[in-house]
Amino acid sequence: MTDLPAQKVDLKSILSTSARVDNSEGMSYLQSVPRRIVTLYIPLSIIVIILLFPFYWMGLTAIKPDDQLLDLDKYNPFWTWNPTFKHIHKLLFESYYPHWLWNTMYVAIGATVLSIIASVLAAYAIVRLRYKGANVVGGLIFLAYLVPPSILFIPLATVVFQYGLFDSPMALILTYPTILIPFSTWLLMGYFKTIPFELEECALIDGASRWQILIKIVLPLAIPGLISAFIFCFTLCWNEFIYALTFLQSTPNKTVPVAIVNEFVDGDIYRWGSLMAGALCGSLPLVILYAFFVEHYVSAMTGAVKE
Amino acid sequence: MADIALAPRRAKTEIREATAWDQLRHNKNWLGFWFMLPAMAFLIFFLAYPLGLGVWLSFTDTRIGRVGHFIGTENYEWLWDDSIFWLSVFNTLLYTSIASAVKFAVGLYLALLLNERMPFKALLRAAVLIPFIVPTVLSALAFWWIFDSQFSIISWSLKQLGLITQNINFLGDTTWARICVIFANIWRGVPFVAITLLAGLQTVQPSLYEAATLDGASRWQMFRFITYPLLTPIIAVVMTFSVLFTFTDFQLIWAMTRGGPVNATHLMATLSYQRAIIAGQLGEGAAISSAMIPFLLAAIMVSWFGLQRRKWQQGENND
Repeated sequence: MTDLPAQKVDLKSILSTSARVDNSEGMSYLQSVPRRIVTLYIPLSIIVIILLFPFYWMGLTAIKPDDQLLDLDKYNPFWTWNPTFKHIHKLLFESYYPHWLWNTMYVAIGATVLSIIASVLAAYAIVRLRYKGANVVGGLIFLAYLVPPSILFIPLATVVFQYGLFDSPMALILTYPTILIPFSTWLLMGYFKTIPFELEECALIDGASRWQILIKIVLPLAIPGLISAFIFCFTLCWNEFIYALTFLQSTPNKTVPVAIVNEFVDGDIYRWGSLMAGALCGSLPLVILYAFFVEHYVSAMTGAVKE
Repeated sequence: MADIALAPRRAKTEIREATAWDQLRHNKNWLGFWFMLPAMAFLIFFLAYPLGLGVWLSFTDTRIGRVGHFIGTENYEWLWDDSIFWLSVFNTLLYTSIASAVKFAVGLYLALLLNERMPFKALLRAAVLIPFIVPTVLSALAFWWIFDSQFSIISWSLKQLGLITQNINFLGDTTWARICVIFANIWRGVPFVAITLLAGLQTVQPSLYEAATLDGASRWQMFRFITYPLLTPIIAVVMTFSVLFTFTDFQLIWAMTRGGPVNATHLMATLSYQRAIIAGQLGEGAAISSAMIPFLLAAIMVSWFGLQRRKWQQGENND
């Protein structure tokens, strides 16, 4: 009796490639290969192709010569045999694009660093100091996470104007943390909770102050959480649009998303190449960052939701 | 460690009364206050204060460059009779309901697919998340080009297949424009829903499925009676976020259509931007964005009850 299922597993694992990869795993032998193709691989590949096609199209347009872009009859639009770097060259050397890229980077790093410092302190205080009302404050911060920028930008514009920050990167560096702090505090609270309390007790007995505990014990142990929070905040900053659109006026001061929408969109019928090149160059830094830190990203996304 | 051993003298200082300064440095509540100070300063000055200011502005006739006066509910009365405002409310509700429903369905389906064992699983999972990483505006521009009226690749492909004879005017026709922006929003939102639900799926015990298989359950029954109930709490949270951010969406619309054609894709956020910043009527724009608050509160209530239910399901307070 006991031999029978084992034989079955072996038989199927020869047939099914997926089972061959890890035939230790329980129930996948119950599905036949054709069934898996229809119920799994075909739908999955359709969805993945739809999800990735715009990027392929963006990249292809960025390197296509102008005449091929607009002549759909003579050339097959899905491929090009003579790629050109004209659009990217134009972007990098004949426009403010490097400025915009630098602005975006500067704003994103500034806002992220400010937010992480503030959130580390806040999260540590909420989780470990447990002062009076810590839970209420934690709840309020979660609520702040749910306040979207599109209902804040009008009053914030007047505030920014009053403080004399209009059209300066400082306006963004100071307002972005309102989006980032709630998120990263919530994320870091989750990480801090996983650090054993006993470590801190030992340090307290050895005479460490709360500040020393935070710097020398908690932060080194929470480095994965800090990386997650950092890259996620960085991405959010890079992605932010409505504040940058409202608070920045002069062309050289703009961030990449705003500048591309406002400066590159004109009546020119040949704009597509440089527009897509701009979009591509604006996305690449984030995609590269993402490629290095996929796991941190996923844990940041899911961690903030799960907590 | 070595330093502590070498400097025993500090321990010999006389014990003195705790001064007010010591209280400020060591008392738990005061320490908590100091630690919270930076975050609270940001959130109060740039979040709570503007939130209140926005509601106040909606009761004034402020314009750009002119301080406003209190005019009661005039802005709201004005909006009540404004057909474009009601059109934008309708658009927002349509956009949010269709996009969220499809995002949920496709996202859950994708999560279930990604939860299967297969080769290159990690790579696929990473690829799926890319639309979420790339800035919305930049991918919206790619969609703008894909939905171009003359050189759209979709029109070209359909023509090659012989399904249509003329280009579809994707962003120039009211119905098509709505479909296109909703599609772009779904495209952008599915990865988030899928990856977060996938994280939830991975916490479901495989032994439950094994037991169900032994009991003769079909795949649908396994989904309906095991997966779905266990996922409900995380679904509640994810969908709250999804609804919230779809409802207040701005970037995608602004990059693709700017509310056109004939206001068919104007959402409340884009309309408030147009009225407040472009036309300069800060008061009226603030009234439009304040009108979003009740909807947001409703979404937050749903999230709250979703979280409560999770705690109840796990049978304890797991803070």
